[in-house]
Amino acid sequence: MARDLTFHIFRYHPEDPQSYPHLETFHLEETVGMTLFIVLTRIREEQDPTLQFDFCCRAGMCGSCAILINGRPDLACHTKTMDLPEEITLLPLPVFNLVGDLSVDKGSWFRKMNERVESWIHRDGSFDPAALEERMDNRTAVEIYELERCIECGCCVAACGTANMRPDFLGAVALNRIARFMVDPRDQRKEQDYFEIVGTDEGIFGCMGLLGCEDICPKNLPLQDQLGLMRRKMGWSAIKGLFARK
Amino acid sequence: METYYTDLLCIGAGLAGERVAVEAALHGFKSLCLSIVPPRQSHSSAAQGGMQAALGNCAMADGDCPDIHFVDTVKGSDWGCDQEVARLYAEQAPIAVREMAFWGVPWNRVVGGKSTYYKGGKVFEKVEPKENEGLITGREFGGISKWRGCHTSDGTGHTLLYAMDNVCVQMDVPVHDRVEAIALIHNGITCMGVVARCLKNGRLRVYLAKATVIATGGYGRLYRETTNAVINEGNGAIIALNTGVVPLGNMEAVQFHPTGIVPPNILVTEGCRGEGGTLKDVNGDRFMPVYEPLKQELASRDVVSRWMTHHIRQGLGVKSPYGDHLWLDIRHLGRAHINSHLREVEEICKKFLGLDPAEEMIPVRPAQHYSMGGIRVNKFGEVYGLKGLFAAGEAACWDLHGFNRLAGNSLGETIVTGRIVGKRVVEFLEGYEVRFDTQVIQDAYNKEEGHIKTIIQRQNGPEKVFALRKILQDELMDRVSIFRNGPDLQKAVGKLQELYDRSDRIGLHSQDQGVNPELTLAIRFKGMVRLALCVAHGALMRTESRGCHAREDFPERNDRDWLKRTLAFWKEGDTLPGLSYEPNSRVWELPPGDRGYGAAKIICSEDPVVCGLEPGEPTAAFNE
Repeated sequence: MARDLTFHIFRYHPEDPQSYPHLETFHLEETVGMTLFIVLTRIREEQDPTLQFDFCCRAGMCGSCAILINGRPDLACHTKTMDLPEEITLLPLPVFNLVGDLSVDKGSWFRKMNERVESWIHRDGSFDPAALEERMDNRTAVEIYELERCIECGCCVAACGTANMRPDFLGAVALNRIARFMVDPRDQRKEQDYFEIVGTDEGIFGCMGLLGCEDICPKNLPLQDQLGLMRRKMGWSAIKGLFARK
Repeated sequence: METYYTDLLCIGAGLAGERVAVEAALHGFKSLCLSIVPPRQSHSSAAQGGMQAALGNCAMADGDCPDIHFVDTVKGSDWGCDQEVARLYAEQAPIAVREMAFWGVPWNRVVGGKSTYYKGGKVFEKVEPKENEGLITGREFGGISKWRGCHTSDGTGHTLLYAMDNVCVQMDVPVHDRVEAIALIHNGITCMGVVARCLKNGRLRVYLAKATVIATGGYGRLYRETTNAVINEGNGAIIALNTGVVPLGNMEAVQFHPTGIVPPNILVTEGCRGEGGTLKDVNGDRFMPVYEPLKQELASRDVVSRWMTHHIRQGLGVKSPYGDHLWLDIRHLGRAHINSHLREVEEICKKFLGLDPAEEMIPVRPAQHYSMGGIRVNKFGEVYGLKGLFAAGEAACWDLHGFNRLAGNSLGETIVTGRIVGKRVVEFLEGYEVRFDTQVIQDAYNKEEGHIKTIIQRQNGPEKVFALRKILQDELMDRVSIFRNGPDLQKAVGKLQELYDRSDRIGLHSQDQGVNPELTLAIRFKGMVRLALCVAHGALMRTESRGCHAREDFPERNDRDWLKRTLAFWKEGDTLPGLSYEPNSRVWELPPGDRGYGAAKIICSEDPVVCGLEPGEPTAAFNE
């Protein structure tokens, strides 16, 4: 028999002076293959047309629909109700500024993050349209793509103890991004250049090792490995630096 | 009035929009992008398979060159494309791919030596040339004669978009996200920017620019079953059509992709078949070799989608609560291969269907996928009818794709047109001065403000906008679909006109005047009905079958009467688009002929005369 699902959904429109933060309850009968994308779309179309939430690709590839689902950050589009209990609480991701209800402003946050880690290939010279492409070992290309699979959904930031306490913390997504450029032979930055960005307590030393980021990453990225690797590399680099000075 | 000023305004921050913005920024101009979502969540990110470019690096691409890419594209389009544009594109694509490598895309590379591949369920061996090791490799797609699909696993769109957006960050190109352009500001001759609505607070803004580019993607969400992101409601085409002076081209050319998964209509890439996956029916039998002995699963998308629909109509589909479907089988490729080359597919299957594609077959059926039609532009991306207005990517009808787009030619189009239109925009901006007429700006602003007020004042009007959108999507899905016929199209046009009337009686069922999603849709909805009418009416009038446009009552491709492109205009007060026609192409390098797949009768034309470009004509100027 189909279950009657109860959804407690966070409501608040910060632009509206009449609005105040609260949970509102909605009911829906569960259908086969129901996802939270179907749930939220149906609630908006059938029960409350003002409900704000974000979806874009609705296929687990763009990262727009991350929310807290019974306390855990995940993509709403690929979350099936059959994997959830009858009572489901949906909240917006913490850390990010609230736009309204379940919708948060990730655009500004991620733009700033990308500016801070200088998320582009640093190289001299300009593109020569007449030249062949530079060669690259396919294993290197695959290694870069493994780290570039991040979709900036914000789950790792929302699940991070440090990011929830201090707004200047870069978060696992930024450290992963730096790791991606460190393995890319096209980026001419030196280790020291990367460490200047992440070698502080806003970067790798701010992490408390709670592993929330890696536990919840919807793309299963090895976020903690990257952080550990970077700390070790930075250590070696510091030791090498000491000897070089003598 | 909150006003922003810039040299170049890009509406849309996907691959095409950002590529144009970067080109202008590289030349010292101020670019600004608007986007209704954060730029990295644009629909470009969902493209999986790859982009075509004739690099000729891998074994199966030996001897490839732009000429062959050009021929594949023209055949793919069923001779509906602009051949000058196809030529420009095929020659620029390799440069664009290499440029993206320069900017950081981790393209898969050639690995020298022996390796195996699958075709039609059987395994074959190939030897990759040692001397090409490390160069960008390619994969096979439908309708192409050489393996030229450059890719990064099956996350190609994602890596391209991230690299492109990285360059925007590097070049300091601002992206105002959660901002929707709702009207162009123009005086009937010159475009001066847009009136936009902030989707964070619901307030109106004005963006003034010397040059404006529309790059908002397609209009797939006019259909109920579509692979498109929920944001693809045709916003850019709507504001262009609403000017009354800008035509849309070939709106009836709507592509269905063979492998949308059932039920959620999420796409699994054509790379599945390119890598050797097969289609099977309820009995577990392959059927494409029966219909298309030569190309089999790798005929073009329009052809495969039609045969699938035909096969289901024969009663050979698999019954399901969501209607009949067929199977896509990639099990024989093996877990290791799926894990490395088709990992997004694997993830989609596991997450959305709860099945493991290495063990089980994937339920698929054709779903709306791509809009070949769009804002009509010339080969430089200049929009017909308004000075200072450009369009690029899926939003435009540059007419690379004619009546059917080949796999890997849409990602290609975004960055190739991005470069070409970008260069034209730079030429345009150099030395150009625009006069902003404050009265025109104020009028445009007042008009939009008034329109929104009217909608808000119709509190509790009889029509609900979400319900009307459903009717619209059903109508296109059921009657303006893979197979079309006169009576159904006529019915669809009637129903849509009725809907057009009803859209004036939409009442809001909510009070919220801020970011209210009901209001946001209500502002956009009438434009969506106009687009739908352009699709349905254009399809009704085109009494032939070409590419994706398959008329059961006119099964022949009629080159005698229909070697032409539909232009649809909308004059204020009309209830149907006005249609006119122009020749598909000015240049006919390749005379109309048989595609080599999807055999159909052709009513031949004496014309056009095969001709090439004169020496020194613009194509050459674009080959750096």
